[in-house]
Amino acid sequence: MAEHSDPNAPWKTLSGIGTTAITAALFLFFLQYLPTVAAGEPVRWVIPWIPSLDVHLSFWIDGLSLMFALLITGIGALVMLYAAKYLAGHPQYDRFALYLFAFMLSMLGVVLADNLIALFVFWELTTFTSYLLIGFGHADPKSRRNALQALLLTATGGLALLAGFILMGVTQGSFEMSQINAAGSLVGKEFYTLILFLVLAGAFTKSAQVPFHFWLPNAMAAPTPVSAYLHSATMVKAGVYLLARTHPALSGSDLWIWILSIFGAVTAVFASLMALRQTDLKQTLAYTTLMALGTLVMFLAGSTGYAITAAMTFLLVHSLYKAGLFLTIGVIDHATGTRDANLLGGLKKAMPITAMAAAVAGLAMAGIPPFLGFIAKEVAYSGALEMHLWLFVVPMALIAFALMFAVAGIVAYKPFYGPQGELPHAPHEGPWPMLLGPVVLGVLGLLFGLMPGIAAHYLIEPAVHAVMGAPDRGGRVKLWAGFNMALLLSLVTFALGFLIYLRHQSLRERLARIEAKSPDLDASWDRFLDWFVRFSKVQTGLIQTGVLRQYMFATFTVFAVTVLVTLVARGAGPLRVSFSGLGIMEWGIAALITAGTVLVLMTSSRITALVGLGTVGIGVALVFITYSAPDVAITQLLVELLVVVLLALALLKMPYLDKGNVQKHSFPNAVLAIAVGALTTWVLLLVVDQPFDRRLTEFFEGASWTQAFGRNIVNVILVDFRTLDTFGEIAVVLIAALGAFVLLKGMRATKEEKK
Amino acid sequence: METLAALIIGVLTAASVYLMLARTFMRFLFGLILLSNAVNLTIFASGRMTKGHPALVPYGADAPLVAVGNALPQALVLTAIVIGFGLLAFALALAFETFRRTGTIETDELRFAEPKEDTQQ
Amino acid sequence: MNSIIFTAGARILVALVFVFSLFMLLRGHHLPGGGFIGGLLGAVAFIIYSLASGPEETRRALRVSPEVIAILGLGIALLAGLVSFFMGDPFFTGQWYWVGGDSYETAAFSINSVLVFDIGVYLVVLGGILSLTFAFEEET
Repeated sequence: MAEHSDPNAPWKTLSGIGTTAITAALFLFFLQYLPTVAAGEPVRWVIPWIPSLDVHLSFWIDGLSLMFALLITGIGALVMLYAAKYLAGHPQYDRFALYLFAFMLSMLGVVLADNLIALFVFWELTTFTSYLLIGFGHADPKSRRNALQALLLTATGGLALLAGFILMGVTQGSFEMSQINAAGSLVGKEFYTLILFLVLAGAFTKSAQVPFHFWLPNAMAAPTPVSAYLHSATMVKAGVYLLARTHPALSGSDLWIWILSIFGAVTAVFASLMALRQTDLKQTLAYTTLMALGTLVMFLAGSTGYAITAAMTFLLVHSLYKAGLFLTIGVIDHATGTRDANLLGGLKKAMPITAMAAAVAGLAMAGIPPFLGFIAKEVAYSGALEMHLWLFVVPMALIAFALMFAVAGIVAYKPFYGPQGELPHAPHEGPWPMLLGPVVLGVLGLLFGLMPGIAAHYLIEPAVHAVMGAPDRGGRVKLWAGFNMALLLSLVTFALGFLIYLRHQSLRERLARIEAKSPDLDASWDRFLDWFVRFSKVQTGLIQTGVLRQYMFATFTVFAVTVLVTLVARGAGPLRVSFSGLGIMEWGIAALITAGTVLVLMTSSRITALVGLGTVGIGVALVFITYSAPDVAITQLLVELLVVVLLALALLKMPYLDKGNVQKHSFPNAVLAIAVGALTTWVLLLVVDQPFDRRLTEFFEGASWTQAFGRNIVNVILVDFRTLDTFGEIAVVLIAALGAFVLLKGMRATKEEKK
Repeated sequence: METLAALIIGVLTAASVYLMLARTFMRFLFGLILLSNAVNLTIFASGRMTKGHPALVPYGADAPLVAVGNALPQALVLTAIVIGFGLLAFALALAFETFRRTGTIETDELRFAEPKEDTQQ
Repeated sequence: MNSIIFTAGARILVALVFVFSLFMLLRGHHLPGGGFIGGLLGAVAFIIYSLASGPEETRRALRVSPEVIAILGLGIALLAGLVSFFMGDPFFTGQWYWVGGDSYETAAFSINSVLVFDIGVYLVVLGGILSLTFAFEEET
């Protein structure tokens, strides 16, 4: 496969080792918070960002975020090391390392951010970086299409999430998640239903719940390390994280319980059936990830200690074994050149270490004692039995876990211990950087299972505390919980799972037949996009005619109608028209300006039009000089002079003003123009009729000399009181000048060069 | 004077709107020039108009002794005039370059961004 | 424009208008004038010159290209703002240094950032407008 490395290529590159080292250092950094957080003391850092909008870069480390942070950095470091070898010699490996590292940091941001807006920004950053990672093989159109699909779906969910966050922040009076949770439940408050739906839209798209699930299996177009990292251990869990994070504020309502239970359970069962149906091991794992996400959502529906403990334990164990299995599949693919479950078999001899790592991860996945996976399943059954909808949840969990048992056999047992298969090339053991990850993750799953107290005390119970918003009684995570209903259900699961494993070939064929008949959401997505493109084309054709005059007409009409409606609706009073105190000077100026205007309007001669424009300019300057504005008047006169010079230079090179030198007048245009002019006069008369607020003027008059040592108040305002404004304005003058310069000369220069 | 100014501004605005609806972009530019005059006068008139007393502090005084013209709108208009000139010059350069390349000044014929076949479905 | 009278007269006129533009710039803080008006007048001076002798000749007379003058002006204006920043005041607060005294009444003259800023405005307006005009003149 194209994504594979040259085994002899150097892999200890700066980008590979560097990113791995930094990520490992971050892991150690977060490790030091374990005792503090386990003691129930969250850590908080705040950096003000946009204080006026109550947006801060605040970080919050409690049990939940710490567990996620450790998973992200720990698995991240292992995956980066793995990827360095996996993609060694790939021409774009450095780019890959950058994307992966950027993703790692964004994901850390998501789980550590306390401010909702910051959380949202990080959330979208993970969307973008995952887009880049899924589309890493950008030469393949399918890869690009799948990346775009993931981006559109999760980013749309992200926008809904932003709306939900804003409503949540406004309702609770704070944008800090810790304060929102501390302020108590939102259930029953205004907008609760809307907030819930918006947040769920974000979480369900990100965590690929049915019916938004189809992007996740497609995202497997990414290189295997990406699938291991993003699409099993971290990013897809962001939705689950969000549900856990908002659990204290949003959970508890019937709506929450029903939606999460049903969507979670349906996703879990549907995904585990689909996992059985796949033959590509990577696709199988993708669907089991979906199953895990569904299970997690289902347990977050509950609010009891057992349900939440089940969710957190399962989250931890799933991240460990799933990342391990994905990496193992990568090693197999690397060594044999195939991922087809039907071809693989008997790899144990050639790849003993890989086989061991896969076995350990597979046993955890199947939930066999003494692995942590077993404990997770026990707690899960106990939790399911306590839930409101237990009659629904327990059977669904049973089916999902039994299928999981069977799939674990297909993925982790059969390729190594099953009958010898036909392989594209002879297998060999993977290199150590690619084995370290699966081995470490597998061993951790075993260690946590043997010593559940440590995992419970440092990771699971603090996380449960954070999700529930109050300390749980603890002690639920243990290897031997006695003979109870959960154990019985576990035994049923094993029996059922074993049966499914034995019959999985025929089941797969039956599932394939059902799948062929059922609607294909993936294809519907393509149809939807096609339809959307057609719709926007039609819409553009209707609205955007491409004729400037029509745009201007529409703009001025909207302006006129809006002003008119506002004036009438507000009941604009009678106008006070006063021509008192006006001498011959004023009437003369008015006549001059009007005459100039009429000249410009009526003439078809360019020179006459220039004269008209100049007349208007001088008339306006006369207004300024008569009414106490000498500075403005001088500026106006000088600019008028320059306008005439520039127009004369440019205008005389143009052919004509009107085609055939006959001006075509338009009655509708004239009506609209007169309407806009009359409305402007009306509004202005209303404005000058209002009492005038002279506070600013008085300040400038009083402070001009005493504070700024200038007697020309206009100039003092320009260069002292409002300097920043003036600075911006001269910058605009410069930009306009350079822009025109480039337009006239720069483009000409490049054109000549091309010749 | 504000009443008369409002009338002048109305005339200028109406003329500029009419010019901006014309078929050639030279007339459009004339409309732009008249519009910027109208806008400057609007800002000036909204700050009220005082005859014959520029906003200066006489020597030996800490503040103007009589009611002088409102300085703030004057400062705003002053920069607006210069910026308006920059805008006009840029628009003129754009128009000139457009004519040089396409040989037309008819806005209806300038359809490179939105060709006819795209908009007529 | 090939008029000998205009060409000869323009040289004197340019010098007069240019000096007048500097005068308007400097008196601007107390009387009508300032950077905008001064810059416009300065531009008018050189435009007269270029109408008489052509833009090439005017560029030579200017020595520095108008684009550089404008950019330099913006830099000077920014510098005037940064001074106050380094003095611990908010950006663009006017800074005054009295020479030969300690207040406006006693000092012989003052060095202040406000005038520096106005000079920046002058240069931007002068350079910007000349750059525009030359571009039109040379291309048409």
